Amino acid sequence: MAQITLIEAVTQALAYEMAHDDSVMVLGEDVGLNGGVFRATQGLQEKFGELRVLDTPLDETTIAGVTVGLAVAGMKPVAEAQFEGFIYPMMEQIACHAARMRNRTRGRLTVPAVFRAPWGGGIRAPEHHSEANEHLFTNVPGLRVVMPSSPARAYGLLLAAIRDPDPVMFFEPKRIYRQYKEEVPDDGEALPLDVCFVLRDGTDVTLVSWGAQVKEALEAADELAEQGISAEVIDVATLTPLDFDTIAESVQKTGRCVIVHEAPKTAGFGAEIAARLAEECMYDLLAPVERVTGYDAHIPLFRLEMKYLPSVERVVEAAKRTLAAS
Amino acid sequence: MTIAAKFEIEYLQYLDADGKEVRKDLPAFARDLDHMVELYKLMLSTRVFDAKSIALQRTGKLGTYASCLGHEAAHVGIGSAMKPEDVLAVSYREYGAQLYRGVRPREVYMYWGGDERGNDYQQEPARHDFAWSVPIATQCLHAAGTALAFKIRGEKRVAVCTIGDGGSSKGDFYGAINIAGAQNLPLVAVIVNNQWAISVPRKIQSGAPTLAQKGIAAGLFCIQVDGNDIIAVRKAMEDALERARNGEGGSVIEAVTYRLGDHTTADDARRYRGEAEVKEGWSKEPMKRLRNWLVAKKVWDDAKEEAWKAECDEWMDNEVNAYLETKTQPVTAMFDYIFAEVPADLAKQRDYVLSLENKGH
Repeated sequence: MAQITLIEAVTQALAYEMAHDDSVMVLGEDVGLNGGVFRATQGLQEKFGELRVLDTPLDETTIAGVTVGLAVAGMKPVAEAQFEGFIYPMMEQIACHAARMRNRTRGRLTVPAVFRAPWGGGIRAPEHHSEANEHLFTNVPGLRVVMPSSPARAYGLLLAAIRDPDPVMFFEPKRIYRQYKEEVPDDGEALPLDVCFVLRDGTDVTLVSWGAQVKEALEAADELAEQGISAEVIDVATLTPLDFDTIAESVQKTGRCVIVHEAPKTAGFGAEIAARLAEECMYDLLAPVERVTGYDAHIPLFRLEMKYLPSVERVVEAAKRTLAAS
Repeated sequence: MTIAAKFEIEYLQYLDADGKEVRKDLPAFARDLDHMVELYKLMLSTRVFDAKSIALQRTGKLGTYASCLGHEAAHVGIGSAMKPEDVLAVSYREYGAQLYRGVRPREVYMYWGGDERGNDYQQEPARHDFAWSVPIATQCLHAAGTALAFKIRGEKRVAVCTIGDGGSSKGDFYGAINIAGAQNLPLVAVIVNNQWAISVPRKIQSGAPTLAQKGIAAGLFCIQVDGNDIIAVRKAMEDALERARNGEGGSVIEAVTYRLGDHTTADDARRYRGEAEVKEGWSKEPMKRLRNWLVAKKVWDDAKEEAWKAECDEWMDNEVNAYLETKTQPVTAMFDYIFAEVPADLAKQRDYVLSLENKGH
């Protein structure tokens, strides 16, 4: 069986679902002939034609609004925002229509659509190409916000997202698009959209992360292990609706929690998890919850961007602070 | 001089403000006088419905309401030209088109009366139409997407969107007609130009001499019609729908009319426009000319008018009663349609609200 990267897993999931469901289609800028600027849709137009793999005019609002219309009319569109930093013009169509169509029509009309976007920094990209804005969507009722951190989870979660009867934001951490390969059987098996993934068991501290930062969390856990500290690592791959129970169970065991995310700190999704821990797990905590995040600054252009992104060292230090506290 | 492109915009009118035919080549549907009487009756019932809505609002039985006074020819012309299998995506005042397609007055009352169930149109073909779209022009892209779905599936159906003069300034409108041109989509976009976007007049909405010509840039067929002349609106719609259905491309129709009422019941148009202008608007309103024309053809008279008004009154009274008798949804309804199934985390909030309710909060 072939070993594939995260982005190849995206392509594999799209190809599988398009081959098995005629209503699934892809639309966006450069997704057709060019196969996407990251090659996520490579080869799909040849297989499925110019209409089901549609190069749209260069307008994000058009992509999002047409996606809503397609979905209401019975298609299952997978729209691509070429970069997550380009997603702002889509916000009105996503928040006012995709996310609330079912609710405002009492279930008469629905939007079974996926909005994919290469997300986050760390690839030495130009300005506006490195944003991490999942928090703008986790606060919108009616949306699922999903972010895979491995090829297998990219495949299984994207299949689930396409099959879900409601709109899903699918953010792909482009820093790890080609980080490593793993075997991903093309068996059409979807993963659940309502559970966090415990990637590593531990007893001393819980590292909670998602997207590209799962890499730093896992590396930090390795380093902590060398220092005799046992870290549990949770990938919150489905941010909303949140599976808080998995996080709570872990923190009840470890008593300590470090939340790691790339987006700015204030009102980032880590704040929600920290608040929930304060509400529901206060008496299990042995130390204050730590957040290792991007800063409340625009992600710098690439000479400085790695100083902005959470590093393994920062995660290790934060974990050790939680242990020093008790 | 080399000309790269040239265009012109036809203006279409059959009946002038007094109901006199300004051209003799009446379309086939207009020679069917029984049908024209039916259209007039729906225009009249739309007007009766609208007056009833405003009365409900003024007596505190409805929230903010957007009136359609003066738009009856444009709206009924649009709705009556469509086939049941077509799809309509409106903004928020196109009741004449929607009543034709099966939206019930009680549903309009429910929507403006603070109940989401108003958007759950029960009767076909409205049941597969889009719900009211308050965010300006966004519905144009929904129609474009629906038209794209029709094209992909090879269905001979058309998506129609309606939009105001103000809405035609927004990117969503341009985006919709642009992709319709680029992909040859079966889309008909009707700009119902009623001269006012709340308080902003048409002339400072756009420097273009017609709003119809915006479609030229997108490669669509464009026409401007007298939006108070239902024959003109209906004819332009029929032609546009036919072209779209046959894969010959989309259209932009500008229906020139006048907003005789306030923007909504929360607005007071006297703040920004003069009486003379409104009086001029009334002199061109759509009901009178069609009534004069039907009376001259001896298929309509005062007795029929009064009889039909009485029927409309009865219909609206029934609808109002049905609306007023509708019980408020259970508080948990705010959670039950967010997703296909209530997720576990959301169910916790639902349970909490239910517990408050059970405590009598």
